[in-house]
Amino acid sequence: MTDNKEITPTPADNPVKPGKAAKPNTFSIFLEEVSRNSLTVTILAILSGLLLGGLVAVATTETVYSYFGTSIGLGFREAFKVLGTTYSALFTGSFGRPDAIRAAFASGDWQQINIAFSPFFESLVQSTPYIFAGLAVALGFRVGLFNIGAEGQIFVGALAAVWAGTHIHGLPAIIHAPLAFLIGGLGGALWGFIPGWLKAKTGAHEVINTIMMNYIAFRLSEYLLTGFLKDPTKSHPISATVDQAAWIPRLFPTPNRFHVGFFIALIMAYLVYLLLFKTTLGFQLRTVGLNPNAARYAGMSIVKNTVLAMAISGMLAGMAGAVEVLGVNRNLGVAFSSGYGFDSIALALLGNSHPLGVVLASLLFGFLRNGALRMQLQAGIPIDIISIMQAAILAFIAAPGIIRTIYRLKEPKEVTGSPILTAARKEQTQ
Amino acid sequence: MTTMTAVPTRVKEAGYVSPRRQRVMGIVFLALATMIWVFFSRTTTGQMITTFVMSPGGAVATPNLVFKTLPFLNVLASISAIIGSYQLVRGFRGKTNTVLGILAGLFVIAFLAWGAADKSLNLAGLLKVAVVRAVPLTLGALSGILCERSGIINIGIEGMLLSAAFTSTVAASLSNLWVGLIVAILTGALFGWVLAVFSIRYKVNQIISGTVINIFATGMTSFLSAKFLQKYQNLNSPGQFPTWEIPGLSKIPFFGPILFSHNLFVYGVFILLIVLTIALFHTKWGLRLRSAGEHPKAADTLGINVNRTRYIATILGGMIAGFGGAYFTLGSVGRFDEVMTAGRGFIGLAAMIFGNWMPTGALGAGLLFGLADSLAGKLTILRIPIPPKFLEMAPYIVTMVVLAGVVGHTSPPAAEGTPYEKE
Repeated sequence: MTDNKEITPTPADNPVKPGKAAKPNTFSIFLEEVSRNSLTVTILAILSGLLLGGLVAVATTETVYSYFGTSIGLGFREAFKVLGTTYSALFTGSFGRPDAIRAAFASGDWQQINIAFSPFFESLVQSTPYIFAGLAVALGFRVGLFNIGAEGQIFVGALAAVWAGTHIHGLPAIIHAPLAFLIGGLGGALWGFIPGWLKAKTGAHEVINTIMMNYIAFRLSEYLLTGFLKDPTKSHPISATVDQAAWIPRLFPTPNRFHVGFFIALIMAYLVYLLLFKTTLGFQLRTVGLNPNAARYAGMSIVKNTVLAMAISGMLAGMAGAVEVLGVNRNLGVAFSSGYGFDSIALALLGNSHPLGVVLASLLFGFLRNGALRMQLQAGIPIDIISIMQAAILAFIAAPGIIRTIYRLKEPKEVTGSPILTAARKEQTQ
Repeated sequence: MTTMTAVPTRVKEAGYVSPRRQRVMGIVFLALATMIWVFFSRTTTGQMITTFVMSPGGAVATPNLVFKTLPFLNVLASISAIIGSYQLVRGFRGKTNTVLGILAGLFVIAFLAWGAADKSLNLAGLLKVAVVRAVPLTLGALSGILCERSGIINIGIEGMLLSAAFTSTVAASLSNLWVGLIVAILTGALFGWVLAVFSIRYKVNQIISGTVINIFATGMTSFLSAKFLQKYQNLNSPGQFPTWEIPGLSKIPFFGPILFSHNLFVYGVFILLIVLTIALFHTKWGLRLRSAGEHPKAADTLGINVNRTRYIATILGGMIAGFGGAYFTLGSVGRFDEVMTAGRGFIGLAAMIFGNWMPTGALGAGLLFGLADSLAGKLTILRIPIPPKFLEMAPYIVTMVVLAGVVGHTSPPAAEGTPYEKE
């Protein structure tokens, strides 16, 4: 924004000089282009990403090469065998083994059934922080803001939640757990508010500032976890265990870690949907994102909406950290770094910045992540393979042209729908 | 990133400083002077003596610098106060930023003198480490400058550094160091090309293109490292470039060992700095490149192929990042570790902004951030009650302050981040 002060249009001021007016957000235009992706492209992008991951697994297996050395037929057989092992490990890792489930039902023992289903529920556990973080980035996208700092906000959220869980005592669980969760959200909100405020007041770009805030958060967590929040009985930097009253309750006996946080995530997704699409505030937020000029002349405050959007976005990311700490780990170590923050950019884009889309994309990534964890144990394929898959999916979603070229799809027809957007796009190319 | 500053008009004439900025800077200068006096002078007694060791342990020995702490601090505080008053009343106009740099330097010296009171601090060693630490940051920043000056935001520097660190390790382990270095540069070029294809051909948002590169590079290098490097240790033993003393120059007292007794990468930074400054600001090629980043339409009208220029700039930028990536393995520790770049690419990005998209500025910022990094390791020895982690935060905080336009004034290329389409 070249100028963020409220302008009251006067006849002398109209038409606005081009230098004075806020530029249309190129980022929003890009998102709009991506949102024109058909479902086919989205599905093909996901499948291509998964396929690419499998091919990487094959290409990095030594036996494949040695078999190719003997004969081409044997080589292909080995390659398909590796591919089969990879995907079946991914599948059984994320959903559970069908034969184990059948046997468990046959035995009729609850604990057996619980264990057989635990991979499936573990995938939901892995999806939970993804939903929060994905919503955070998606909400920013809708307001034309690129919150690349979800990672830092997750950290600060986790720190705040762990503080509330270890330094507040004597509250009943019905108060303590929600309180700790909300304090986590507030921590994240603060971390989102600062770049939002800087963007609104000084025009400092939120991408750079959120990146800087990420690293400040990492250093801060290292500082706190070696000092103030450190468990004095441990030699390595890790926080004390959160009071039991602050735990987000789990629903099934161990080893099943499925916790209430998953439902909170779904509720938050619904609330974000209501906020964005069913309230006046949401309309304002989206208008600011699509066309700041139009928003300003309609009397909407860009400053207020930008700051608010970044704070809410930060809060959602902070909740991702809080839910992990209170529901799963129950303490916080320096190695907490999850990569959720960067993955969430892919989630928001994959889910078309729509809460429902984000939930579906998060489920996909959660199942992938959990499946890959088990794949590492069973097939000896390092878990980092999912980062490769996710990068590929992100690339294919963001550049649908690649998918169209590979699969010979037709170009979509030019959408002439939104007049605001067409105007903005026109202004952009000038 | 097209719209980073709150000031609508560009600098009107060379050396113009707005009255508001003049006053703000004056207050900042005076605040620095006051801080030297309040925090350092007031907490020092008259008997305290500071010892600076002036040689990092090389062949050239420079005698130690020993002086009384309190008078030294008071002199520094007075100089700062005088400069601050002058700025408030008359202003240094075009030289304001230089003066700010000098004052920041004085503040750091005061800080060190105070920290080393009644102790001994190896100043030369500290600075030498700072120069080394500045290498990847400066190279990252130079890579960013080349890309962004042509209009492509490169947020994937981190990923480029990491991938090049990996490929150079494997290549150097299999053959020799020079092959490793070339492979690193080619890796950088490849990623630069990918960034350009995404951003120009497919018009992907450039931040997302960079993020894709970062996620992919982290995933791919960690995957391959876990899969192969741990099993085949001989793939992870590239060796290191040796230290080359520059004949003559390395014999200069104090500065010689700090600047001219390093390996290839430090000299690479110096050379690249000179080459880039000349190429960007004193050649036709540089003018064309910058015009593609400032006003692509005008450039196109004059017959410059904007997208081709951007491809070239981004690939060259990638090559610089690739060279920087090789530093981590061939120039520093001599092995590859997962995620070993640890956010250096992003500090490079910060150094680029702090240096206001200028090569010399990038080096200055890189040295400053390198010094913060180098000093963080020494804090515990000195009597400095700041947690090292806070000093490590400093580069990020400083960048945010600069971006906010309170202290400095950044002017990014006007058209960066916007794909160019011929009409």
